[in-house]
Amino acid sequence: MANHSCSKESLTSVLQRKADRQAANVPKGPLVARREFVSSGSGTVGFTLAAAISPGLSAGILSQPQSEIPVPELSLPIVDTNVYLSSWPFRLLPEAEPARLVEKLRAYRVVQAWAGNFDALLHRDLAAVNTRLVRSCRATGGFLLPFPAINPKLPNWQEDLRQVVEEFAAPGIRLHPDYHGYSLDDADFIELLGQAAEHRLIVQLALMAEDERTVHPAVKVPSVDPKPLVDIIPGIRGLRCVLLNAQRVTPLPLLAKIVASGTVYVDISWQEGVGGVANLLSYVPAERVIFGSYFPRFYFLSAVLKLLESAISGEALANIIHKNALSLLEQR
Amino acid sequence: MDFEIWDAHVHLSGVPGATPEERLGRLLEFADRLGIRRVCVFMGLRWSYDPSPEEFRRQNDEVLRAIAAFPHRAFGFVYLNPKHTTASLEEIERCVVEGPMVGIKLWVAERCHSPLLDPIVARAVELQLPILQHTYLKATGNLPGESTPQDLAELARRHPRACFIAAHSGAQWEVGIRAFKPHRNIHAELCGFDPTNGVTEMAVRELGAERVIFGSDAGGRSFASQLAKVLDADISPHAKELILGGNLKRILAPSLARKGFG
Ligand SMILES: [Zn+2]
Repeated sequence: MANHSCSKESLTSVLQRKADRQAANVPKGPLVARREFVSSGSGTVGFTLAAAISPGLSAGILSQPQSEIPVPELSLPIVDTNVYLSSWPFRLLPEAEPARLVEKLRAYRVVQAWAGNFDALLHRDLAAVNTRLVRSCRATGGFLLPFPAINPKLPNWQEDLRQVVEEFAAPGIRLHPDYHGYSLDDADFIELLGQAAEHRLIVQLALMAEDERTVHPAVKVPSVDPKPLVDIIPGIRGLRCVLLNAQRVTPLPLLAKIVASGTVYVDISWQEGVGGVANLLSYVPAERVIFGSYFPRFYFLSAVLKLLESAISGEALANIIHKNALSLLEQR
Repeated sequence: MDFEIWDAHVHLSGVPGATPEERLGRLLEFADRLGIRRVCVFMGLRWSYDPSPEEFRRQNDEVLRAIAAFPHRAFGFVYLNPKHTTASLEEIERCVVEGPMVGIKLWVAERCHSPLLDPIVARAVELQLPILQHTYLKATGNLPGESTPQDLAELARRHPRACFIAAHSGAQWEVGIRAFKPHRNIHAELCGFDPTNGVTEMAVRELGAERVIFGSDAGGRSFASQLAKVLDADISPHAKELILGGNLKRILAPSLARKGFG
């Protein structure tokens, strides 16, 4: 299988070098965030979240020359496992242009992003959607990794899977059971999981695209019940699964069970509640939590600020923001 | 002028703590990590959709206790039920006129276009108090007493001198912002729905930054996801300063001056 993107080894070592370099510059110390008030020439005053959080979550002024309102940044490189190309069907997002998406992600220290395509929610010609996705990803020189969509309720989805493996050489697939209208005990879905595992594909299961309370009235999207996963996952040998957008439909105790049922990871994009990521970590080990922003449908900074709010640091932070994603890729 | 982030919408929920002040203390630790300086707090440790006077008095007592422990960090809004007019008006006297609270919170007991709100709004105008009214449009169906943005627009039309803060901007914010636009006395507050890209940009475009207010709905929501809506929006730094604190400071100025807050 040709690898369309960057070599895994080189990316890992680049990230490690970068992390080491930056860790050396970040003051080690207790988990404290201190505010500093800084005056600007124009008389307005902004604040910086100068967090001496060791050894990685450093917040400071992101170089945004036009802004007096500084924005925190992570000092470690980020692998974002939950971004989308094209536009949300009900709203034109400014970052629907891949170039703008990539520019913004890079500005926030993202070094690699795993991309799906919003067109996959409603378009039935998934082969065309996936082809566009792969073409756009390749144009970024490996910055975006494609996660094409498969709908196991469409006839001959096996051909889409063959294309993903043989033509696209994609690292994984992204499934949308809500918009594609199947439950997680569906036989075709289970068959797809099995075949994906045989091909060593990472399966990203996007449990929810939008809060059920705000969906467009013309669209009836059923809420997906994740409970069947607890029984299904142990039966599929070699499955590696990442739950995206999970928390609204998956209470943390259930999430813990699903994660423990196999090689399952969960992203932080939909983790809510004050100190939410810390709460998540009391149910799921940091080795199974993974950075996902759900950008550009969500503001990217939401995921970053959640790490800051929960004062995630050290090994846990490194695991969440890139190590777990990279080790998943390496297991292929 | 010092720039500070003020959060218009915080509850005593989502964190452990046996007492109101313990919970607020925990919440402020999280707020500190994100540079949030002041929080407006309302409703108590246990909620109900249609509280009796005894019930909302108990909840207000809990908020009074919490803010007394953090006088330089937290403001209280008095929680009322418009179905209990006399008791609500008395509660305004107790918590605002004779107490430290600086605004009114209305939730889902009664849809806000109801005439039952009129005496409360009239008193709020006399006291120059903002009314923070929950507004939500649920595709899954609103609660019987749950207000839509259109309900608030109707109330605001009846009371042009009152100052309203539309909590959640209706959640289906394209609809909410559209409903609020003609009514200069409605401010769109951004909390309590997912950090959907574009909300703040649209609110500023349609309403002007002076009519947009940051709130988190912590502890049910994270401070983080809600703050991102403003910090990450493609709007001017001046607009961000207004939304993150400037507007709320302006709205609360009469109350704060009366109570001798700096
Ligand atoms: Zn609330």
